[in-house]
Amino acid sequence: MGINFKKETFRDDYSFKNSPEQVRRFPFPFHEDGYMYSVNIEPHVGGRTGTVFEHLFDVDEHYVSEMQDRAMVLAEDPLRCQSLPHMTLAGWDTLELLMTEKAKSYPEHFSLTRDGDKWHWINRPLGIDDHFTFGDTSTLPYGPLEYITRQSQGDFAVLDQRDNNLWMDAGIVTTQADWSLDFDIGMNFFEWHAPVPLAHELGIFTRALKFLMAMQQGQPARRLNWTMTINPRLDTSPENFHKWGTDRATVTPENVGQKVHLRVEVQMFFRLPRSNALLFPIRCYLIKMDELVSSAKWGRRFHRVLRDLPDELAEYKGLVRYRPTVVEWLSKRDDGKPTSSGYGPD
Amino acid sequence: MAMLSRPVYGILSPQTGKNHLLIADAEGAAAILDLAKKTSPDFFAAAEVMFVPGPDGGKYVEALKALVPGRLYEGPSIAAAMPRLRQIFGAAHMGLRLYVAGTESLIGQVVQAASEAGIEHASIQTEHRGSWARRVQCVHCKGITENVTTQPVKCSHCGLLLLVRDHYSRRYAAFQGVCINAEDPSEIPPTEEMFR
Repeated sequence: MGINFKKETFRDDYSFKNSPEQVRRFPFPFHEDGYMYSVNIEPHVGGRTGTVFEHLFDVDEHYVSEMQDRAMVLAEDPLRCQSLPHMTLAGWDTLELLMTEKAKSYPEHFSLTRDGDKWHWINRPLGIDDHFTFGDTSTLPYGPLEYITRQSQGDFAVLDQRDNNLWMDAGIVTTQADWSLDFDIGMNFFEWHAPVPLAHELGIFTRALKFLMAMQQGQPARRLNWTMTINPRLDTSPENFHKWGTDRATVTPENVGQKVHLRVEVQMFFRLPRSNALLFPIRCYLIKMDELVSSAKWGRRFHRVLRDLPDELAEYKGLVRYRPTVVEWLSKRDDGKPTSSGYGPD
Repeated sequence: MAMLSRPVYGILSPQTGKNHLLIADAEGAAAILDLAKKTSPDFFAAAEVMFVPGPDGGKYVEALKALVPGRLYEGPSIAAAMPRLRQIFGAAHMGLRLYVAGTESLIGQVVQAASEAGIEHASIQTEHRGSWARRVQCVHCKGITENVTTQPVKCSHCGLLLLVRDHYSRRYAAFQGVCINAEDPSEIPPTEEMFR
């Protein structure tokens, strides 16, 4: 049985919503009733059926519409996809990983046939059927990174490893939580994380870098991060902040349920075989407050997390203007009962 | 904690080698004169000095001439000096020792041009002197506004009112500017002199 791909929008009339099944599989990021930074990296292995971790690269009901939104962002601003000249091989590594995993996980939607370096790729949901020569960029309509990530949900950063550091030397970023690939490209791990408050002092990035540089091929890892978004907008870029920033002033007690979204990033890390680069996919999942509180446990817990969040983090995540309204709304859905440990909805 | 994307500047010190290029603007000339007190007698004979005096640096020209550098260039602006600099970088071999002193804008643009020519930024000696005025890239329209001394600042290209962040890109040789009143365009915060 295939996935029922929805036709919906992440801009203008914002018709995005989750089916009840998609709500149940939402990657809720809080395992306890509070939040502070931690490295929180765990192995990225195939998980239980019916979770977003079932396959290494999750494809869900929003796939086709998300890819249409990405194409619109790239048409407006091609700088959202960049690759420094030495990163082409890492682009081919990325293409291979994504094609083989998609074809393996979802054979009804994707197929890959390889005959030496002659490859045949079929993407049925997007209506793509291409023959190309692996390693020969002239046989694809885009560079290898852009070609395959126009067909893959989530942002992708590709990190070169040298001089005891990781360098943000390629990527495609159209569904980001307010950071600019164009500004950050070429920066090292500490430089591109420079604006993040508190975490440097806690030694988070030093430990994370050490872990990431030691990563081996075939042993991917993941972590969760989160923020909030007003309206289900994927493209919350700094480039367009002057267009979407006003949304933050539109939250009222009456519209919290439909307008306010928890935005979760599943961040993954893969060592690539030929280039030795690290692929860093950042997959974004959105859930409306109305959908979130359909799980009583999630509603209680998110209320407590948001209420107790340190001010610096609220500021950094851009929640200051509407946090009180959302906390008030959630408080009416928190009966004060204890929550069970773990992420699940109960 | 200091913004980790922001460059850290040092104090110029003589490097071993025979091929020295020293670049300064305005008060940066004084850093070259201080360096000269620590160099061997034949250091400047094989050195090229590029100087952009600007409105306040003219007083250093005679003192730089007195160092008797192998070549001395005096230019009217950083922008005017860049083609000459790029040509030197393009022809440079491994032994070139690079020293840059002066405003953050000058240092940033020289490091940028050097990086484009394959010169590792960590190998460049830098020393800040003079103005802290910033080059700011508008994250919205991508235009660069020069000589920014205020917070916030109006983008000289698209006109948005920008918060000047401490986040810095070596590739653009610029700080990041982000619309300061995007959440409520009717809020106009007061403009203050911040970067002198």
